[in-house]
Amino acid sequence: MTDTLFAALRLLGSFDNTLVDIVWLSLRVSMTAVVLGALIGLPLGAWLAIAEFRWRNLLVVFVNGLMGLPSVVVGVVVYLALSRSGPFGDFGLLFSPSAMVIAQMMLVVPLIAALTRQIVEDAWRDYAPELRVMGFSRGQSMLTLIHDCRHSLLVALLAGVGRAMSEVGAVMIVGGNIDHVTRVMTTAIALETSKGDLPLAIALGIVLMVVVLTLNAAAFHIRRWAMRRYA
Amino acid sequence: MFPIELSGVAFRPQGRNVLDGLDLRLDGEGISIVLGPNGVGKTVLLRMIAGLLPVREGRLAWGEASRPDAAIAMVFQQPMILRSSVLDNAALGMKPLRLARGERLRRARDMLERVGLADRAADSARLLSGGERQRLALARAWAVRPRLLLLDEPTANLDPSAVDAVERIIRGIRTDGCKVLMTTHNLGQATRLADDIVFLADGRVQEHAPAQQFFARPRSAAARRFIQAELPWRIRFDE
Repeated sequence: MTDTLFAALRLLGSFDNTLVDIVWLSLRVSMTAVVLGALIGLPLGAWLAIAEFRWRNLLVVFVNGLMGLPSVVVGVVVYLALSRSGPFGDFGLLFSPSAMVIAQMMLVVPLIAALTRQIVEDAWRDYAPELRVMGFSRGQSMLTLIHDCRHSLLVALLAGVGRAMSEVGAVMIVGGNIDHVTRVMTTAIALETSKGDLPLAIALGIVLMVVVLTLNAAAFHIRRWAMRRYA
Repeated sequence: MFPIELSGVAFRPQGRNVLDGLDLRLDGEGISIVLGPNGVGKTVLLRMIAGLLPVREGRLAWGEASRPDAAIAMVFQQPMILRSSVLDNAALGMKPLRLARGERLRRARDMLERVGLADRAADSARLLSGGERQRLALARAWAVRPRLLLLDEPTANLDPSAVDAVERIIRGIRTDGCKVLMTTHNLGQATRLADDIVFLADGRVQEHAPAQQFFARPRSAAARRFIQAELPWRIRFDE
């Protein structure tokens, strides 16, 4: 066990090419998915927070429910959509990092949208009368609320990063876990563990933990700074 | 836009008569103060005029029109303070006016100067005291150059010096030609500020009179009781 741990640390210390490739691809795929997911999820959540229409509550429940969407289900749906006979088969995206971004984005959007809806709705309850009297349009209100809640919304983005980076099922299905092409940290950990190559799996696990903890620490400090700056 | 006329206006949430056939006519000058016991519908009246509550029973007319054709602003008891600078908060109300950002900031700085917050422009607005927040809210409202300013108990919970600062700003806004319609529980403030008093009771306007006349010779028994309860040392009426 100790030997395995030392072997993992040696891999980390030597910046092993395979390990660096996997970590870099993981970060690239997950961060792209979260950025794109945020571009959809933040306005969608803010819109849900302030919109008034008949089926709003039903839609809120639906989006909340999607937070728990099993990643393998998303993987299968994206696989069917991108496969040769699927509606987007002509783009040839299956088993590519782009397919993995799409799958992770589908997991991240409901999470960011649902958390944004909750955060923005609380602010909207307080601000709605004044923004209405000022004549703010729905779009202006959404932008104002997103900007005002920006520090709390970091939590939503962070949750999105966590969901994207820790995901295995969907990226395994749509990416295929191809060495140096679509192999990311989670799929590599699963594969290397099953092969018995524990040092690489442990090294990747350590990197994954460090990335997640660093992001959490950064968000914590930003929120603390914001509390001091903006009370 | 003026006169603002409400006729037969009612508001009955869950069957409770808050406003019950209210008639009121407001001209376009001076400070009108709405007085009345708690729960009589003062805030409801302001919110209806601001368009925050629909007029489902009765009629609200703006001169010849059914909608206001000039800017309206409203300041609430707990004003909205965004997590940004004092200057950005002061400029916020002008966003829907489609003014250039430079013009918005210029006007906002001018208003902060007028309310005595120019030296706090770069500070976080959330760090302001209660009185300063109200002055900021008044600056934000004033910056849109409204024809009508609605104030919902703007000095509730403020200390006397903060109340005095807010009252000076309200007088300045009136001098600028803006009609002010305000609610307060502070009768001393009403005597200091009001040009006319609108006294509400039982869901209706019981009395609408020039302020001096209202405090010297209230016509309705409800108004006499209200004034006596609030200012027992000041006024004794002959029943």
